[in-house]
Amino acid sequence: MSLLALQRRMAADLMRPLGERDRLDPETSAEYIKPNDRLTSRERLEIYSRSYWYRLLDSLYEDFPGLRAVVGPRAFARLIRAYLGDLPSESWTLRNLGSRLEQWLRDNSAHAGVRLAAALDMVRLEWAHIEAFDEKEEKVLGPEDLIELGPGMRIGVQPYVRLIEMSYPVDDLRVKVNAAQECHGTASNAVLKHKAGGLGRRIAGMRPEHIFLAVHRQDSMVYYRRLDADEFRLLAALRKGLPVGEAMEAALEDSPLPVDELRHRVEAWFAAWAQMGWLCR
Amino acid sequence: MACVVWACPTFFNQVPANRFNGFTEYGIGVGLRIPHYRHILEKKPVVGWFEIISENFMVDGGRPREILDKILEQYRVVQHGVSMYFGSAEPLHRDHLRRLKELVKRTKTPWLTDHLCWGSVDGRYTHDLLPMPYTFEAAKVTARKVREAREFLEVPIAVENVSSYAEFHESEMTEWEFLNEVVERADCGILLDVNNIYVSSRNHSFNPYDYLNSVPAQRVAQIHIAGHSKFRKYILDTHDHPVIDPVWKLYEHAIRRGGPTATLLEWDDRIPSFDEVHAEARKAEKYIAQPAGEPVTVAP
Repeated sequence: MSLLALQRRMAADLMRPLGERDRLDPETSAEYIKPNDRLTSRERLEIYSRSYWYRLLDSLYEDFPGLRAVVGPRAFARLIRAYLGDLPSESWTLRNLGSRLEQWLRDNSAHAGVRLAAALDMVRLEWAHIEAFDEKEEKVLGPEDLIELGPGMRIGVQPYVRLIEMSYPVDDLRVKVNAAQECHGTASNAVLKHKAGGLGRRIAGMRPEHIFLAVHRQDSMVYYRRLDADEFRLLAALRKGLPVGEAMEAALEDSPLPVDELRHRVEAWFAAWAQMGWLCR
Repeated sequence: MACVVWACPTFFNQVPANRFNGFTEYGIGVGLRIPHYRHILEKKPVVGWFEIISENFMVDGGRPREILDKILEQYRVVQHGVSMYFGSAEPLHRDHLRRLKELVKRTKTPWLTDHLCWGSVDGRYTHDLLPMPYTFEAAKVTARKVREAREFLEVPIAVENVSSYAEFHESEMTEWEFLNEVVERADCGILLDVNNIYVSSRNHSFNPYDYLNSVPAQRVAQIHIAGHSKFRKYILDTHDHPVIDPVWKLYEHAIRRGGPTATLLEWDDRIPSFDEVHAEARKAEKYIAQPAGEPVTVAP
């Protein structure tokens, strides 16, 4: 067997979903692996197959705790195994493992049950969180760079600022999930049960709400900042590369606010964005 | 049966600083891990050097870059990779190489290491260090890719022997013969992991000293030591325990063969305090400082 053929065969075998009690799929023969005096060929392959699945599942557990809270732990376990079964990693870094989860969940919506919309919002938020954590920072435009701000000027939005529109307040939920995780190491079982109960009630009682969110970072920490709808649209238009004048026209033409009020707000938005370092060349 | 080995021929011609580690003499190092960031940046412990996992810092910005820059202000850093997959039949990944080269320029690592293994096929990644079939075809493919990577990255490369739990019917030689075949063809260095030799020797029933004695000492750029976990039928390389005595013995033997070589303790799971990890790493000093010519007891 050539090197390529052997590697194709072994990769297919170890990426095959684990069977009952996480044992190797019964149809996998592994006859290309030598047995020894303690382990059969299948048992030796099983060490690698379990290692593959556990490592990748752990990575998704770590990256998507909010999705787990939304769909519930059992559904989440099924969901991520199905996702990895359909879409094995195509990146050299585990950081990108969840990059296709949103689209996959749209195509396999049964995995989210009745909470599909909230689940999709959460996946989008958690992927934005990953991107905001380590995306590039371009040279910042500070307040002094905006003195000569004119309609023909083009201003960029930092790559680490991710803009997402959601139909549920999953940002609040994600903050609670984080807090629950942080106290996990130190709290007693009684406290943890109380916290888990609180989280469950919060998810069950979650009502639809149209939210415009910026996921960004400051001092290496990721933050969520809710935006006005007009503010969100203006940032999105600037990100597309439109000059300031055109961006304002595109984003604000349907705004119900009076012109004076709008002008006042736009000035305040630009000042705040510059203050936070969101704007760049 | 125990036997006594007197200092081997290379002992009197030790060249720990060699072309495979950029002619450096780095001593004892520690793996840079997230739970220790705050301690290191606040307390600034005296450490010979830090080994970083390259892939953790091959990002465009944010905390990983910020931490790395602070570390680089005060410490020497050597890059250790986990996903180059020299042994995969498919070509090297260009984006991976490009990002790796950016990091090499940033860290000024005198040498760079990754594993003698495979982990991807047809663009799909297992994120594991999978064992090689020890064939001449595999050695040829692997060596070619090591050469390509070195030419692109413009830094000496050393390949690390991995721990393994499976062997292939296809194999045409022992693991140590395969290692020699690859490093000779690629003319590259070796990151000698003595814990991995121990783990594999137990899993595949060979004498670890046969392995160690066949390693070309002049190519050893660096040594890894680590702990592991024992199960009923096999040993798993978990990096979550202190180094056990038989592994220290192997380390001692490796040092006597090759001289005082840059040594790194790996501790990646259930990570204790920085001081504890550092103290475990510094146990290597007594072997490095051992006077020349003393016999080494070898337990098969």
